[in-house]
Amino acid sequence: MLTTFLGLSIIALVLVIVFQIAKANELVASLKGEEVVINRNRINAMLFLLFLIFGMIGAVWSTFHYAPKFLPVPSSEHGVWLRNMFFWTLVATVPVFIVTHIALFIFTFQYKHDGTRSAYYFPGSNRLELIWTAIPAVVMILLVYEGMRSWYKITGPAPKEAMVVEATGQQFFWTLRYGGADNKTGKKSVKLINGDNALGLDWEDKDNHDDFIADELHLKVNQPVLVKISAIDVLHSFYLPHFRVKMDAVPGIPTQFWFTPTKTTKQMREELNNPNFNYELACAELCGQAHFNMRKVVVVEEEAEFNQWLAKQEPAYAKMKASSNATPDSGTTGNTQQN
Amino acid sequence: MATIESGTEIKINVHDHHDHEHDHHHEESFISKYIFSQDHKMISRQFLITGIFWSFVGVLFSVLFRLQLAWPDESFPILETLLGKWAAGGKLAPNFYYALVTMHGTIMVFFVLTAGLSGTFSNLLIPLQIGARDMASPFLNMLSYWFFFLSGFIMLVSLFISTGPADGGWTAYPPLNALPQASSGSQFGMTLWLLSMAMFVVSSLLGGLNYITTILNMRTEGMTMMRLPLTIWAFFFTAVLGVLSFPVLLSGAILLLFDRHLGTSFYLSDIYIGGQPLTNAAGELLQGGSPILFQHLFWFLGHPEVYIIILPAMGMVSHVLATNSRKPIFGYSAMVMSILAITVLAFLVWAHHMFVSGLNPFIGSIFVLFTLLIAVPSAIKVFNWIGTIWRGNINFTPDTLFAIGFVSLFISGGLTGIYLGNSALDIPLHDTYFVVAHFHIVMGLAGGFGLFVGVYHWFPKMFNGRQMNNTMGYIHFWVTFVGSYLIFWPMHYMGMTGVPRRYFQFSNFETFNVYGELNVFITIAALVVFFAQFIFLINFIYSALYGPKIKTLNPYLSNTLEWTTPIEPGHGNWPGAIPPVYRGPYEYGKNGTDFVPQHLPDNAIWPKEEKETKTELA
Repeated sequence: MLTTFLGLSIIALVLVIVFQIAKANELVASLKGEEVVINRNRINAMLFLLFLIFGMIGAVWSTFHYAPKFLPVPSSEHGVWLRNMFFWTLVATVPVFIVTHIALFIFTFQYKHDGTRSAYYFPGSNRLELIWTAIPAVVMILLVYEGMRSWYKITGPAPKEAMVVEATGQQFFWTLRYGGADNKTGKKSVKLINGDNALGLDWEDKDNHDDFIADELHLKVNQPVLVKISAIDVLHSFYLPHFRVKMDAVPGIPTQFWFTPTKTTKQMREELNNPNFNYELACAELCGQAHFNMRKVVVVEEEAEFNQWLAKQEPAYAKMKASSNATPDSGTTGNTQQN
Repeated sequence: MATIESGTEIKINVHDHHDHEHDHHHEESFISKYIFSQDHKMISRQFLITGIFWSFVGVLFSVLFRLQLAWPDESFPILETLLGKWAAGGKLAPNFYYALVTMHGTIMVFFVLTAGLSGTFSNLLIPLQIGARDMASPFLNMLSYWFFFLSGFIMLVSLFISTGPADGGWTAYPPLNALPQASSGSQFGMTLWLLSMAMFVVSSLLGGLNYITTILNMRTEGMTMMRLPLTIWAFFFTAVLGVLSFPVLLSGAILLLFDRHLGTSFYLSDIYIGGQPLTNAAGELLQGGSPILFQHLFWFLGHPEVYIIILPAMGMVSHVLATNSRKPIFGYSAMVMSILAITVLAFLVWAHHMFVSGLNPFIGSIFVLFTLLIAVPSAIKVFNWIGTIWRGNINFTPDTLFAIGFVSLFISGGLTGIYLGNSALDIPLHDTYFVVAHFHIVMGLAGGFGLFVGVYHWFPKMFNGRQMNNTMGYIHFWVTFVGSYLIFWPMHYMGMTGVPRRYFQFSNFETFNVYGELNVFITIAALVVFFAQFIFLINFIYSALYGPKIKTLNPYLSNTLEWTTPIEPGHGNWPGAIPPVYRGPYEYGKNGTDFVPQHLPDNAIWPKEEKETKTELA
């Protein structure tokens, strides 16, 4: 409390000092007139030049300084396309950024009013306008073309052999369901949700009988996976940063995203020299007060390891049957609220 | 022109339709002069002062949640003193963190950068620069302010209710913001938020219709559309955008109110919350609604909204750069055409906020095309601004500094839009700090800089000829300009690491929890910039009351009509007849004459014998 008070007092003091100096300064300026104006122009023009120089140095330095913290090379096939696309967009924009800023601040520095020259009357040039309309237009069309090539491949139909996983978002966790042996996720309805049946799976649909619910998202390396995404309360967004996957989970409207993981967790641990590395699943759409806490671990592994893990998974139907042995009927009608 | 001494009471002696109104000028009571004023200049001041109030509230909120992001494990007893139960033990509660984020966005976008910016300067400059006595309907204009005031009042009340203000993001997406069970801010706070927005839409429509009507019908003799200052073109298209898009937000908000209070399901389908399925009164599951519908309705306003913010800033920057470079604006008609192009395209890009919402990929691709095309008119404007200062004779008044800063920010923030507007690249970048950096630089900061350009430049016209303190203006500019870059530039790096926005803390994720020191750095920069704004506030208040008065009518040697009005213009603006206009607004340096005011005919400026224009104006 005392430090806060002290801090605020110091700030107030600084403000008062700035105010007093500024007042005196303007009084002097109003007496001296044009001389002060020219002097101030010089100072501000110089500051813009320094801003340009130190700004550019700072931008380059900080980029290299923080680059090691950026996401590593994408662990998915389409992630690599996006990385290339990012690179080409950099190629298109960074030169524009540099050239326009150099022009802006050099002109600012060069053409300050210092009493020695007057402005050059030049109200426009249609030729220049045409040039700087056409060039951005062409560059934009190229970027749109490049973008669309990736976009349609990414959003196109999933390959037939894709493994089906369903991710359901709810406040504040993800539930992961695998299609099981038939690789199909069966029907579900929020009406059927109860204590034994967290997703509201419809047991009358045989496709559900081999589906299992997993604690972690296990994926086979180089095997396409189709994630069916849904939510049962508010919007969420299924977000796998390392795989460049993001798709909203929308109550009532199923969405999906397919991708092919290309690097196992083990490979990543070696590559990053970090034995504790884990792929993570997060939520990327504000969903309430614990939005920042919807984490699941993602494991990408070789087929053999994946199959070992698979063998340990028990279908939800069997679990339900086991827990409700006393009431054999409850398997077919989930309508009864158990809690 | 007659010389008018500062402080002299201006005798108004007109023989036109305005006579009658003027007779009441001196009988105005305090209430009709300062509160329910119908004078566009007073309404403009009301918008500005209300906007400044809200800007300090909005920025303070961001400073509070930045404390949490920088020092997630620290406790700040001052927060508990200020916020009570929302910061028990000196630590922000997560839901109040989200409430602060939500209120920061809402306040800054709507109350500060829409009402505070466009409301202030459309009101001030439209009649003064087109040569009109007032708005087409001064009464509706007054209502426009008071609906804004009411809107702000409702929002202010929502900060103090027991369940807290809305906390589901300024975009108010359902179902989070439709279901009171989903979040504490989604209870009464959200109802108040929606009511406040409804009032705001009314305010914006009343203002916008008035601006359009005034610009189209009340220009002085000779003021053709292509002789309008670029400020007026910008305000005109801003108003067009607002009038066509704000009603859509209103309809979206009304449907959301229905879903919240009347049991409809426009946005709700297949929901299980609070331990049971969401049903209607008859016990049937609510189905068939679409949360994505709301996103369409919201962004149909939401995207034009960012142009509603940036166009007035662009207009004022163009005007100030030309005036203070003593050069014509480069490519006047290209500037007008690019504003037009931006306005048209602004309606065709809204779904680029929804690339990963489950939108049909083909629809997405159409929006990619239009989104990237909008970079073309934006680029034209940037090149024309640079062309304007090229070989100019620039005077670095604080407004010029902010205008140059604006161009830099607009370039930096605009270019990152090219990444985000491309749907495929948006997949990894969507809802990360890259987006936060992008829109704060290109819209928040650039819009804010536009506001400062306007305040510093037109301050003498707003406050009876008083001027702001330049030294304080310089300090304010440099701290704000450098500090703003230091806050938002590093956020691009966080975006490159995929760090999502709207996270209360990052410690739950190894992937995102790598920027501890950088978050501290950003917060310190934010604190410095926040406190630097008090330099502006002190300067603003002190100068409005005690600032030195301008000694000439036209301190910037500007061409436009607002500087032909008296130093303290009364209600009606010109004491005599409104001056007619003979030329465009940016004839600086033509035929070797430093400036050629719009209202002077050729033979007054370039007569057979040389005449000093300066003495004529002084």
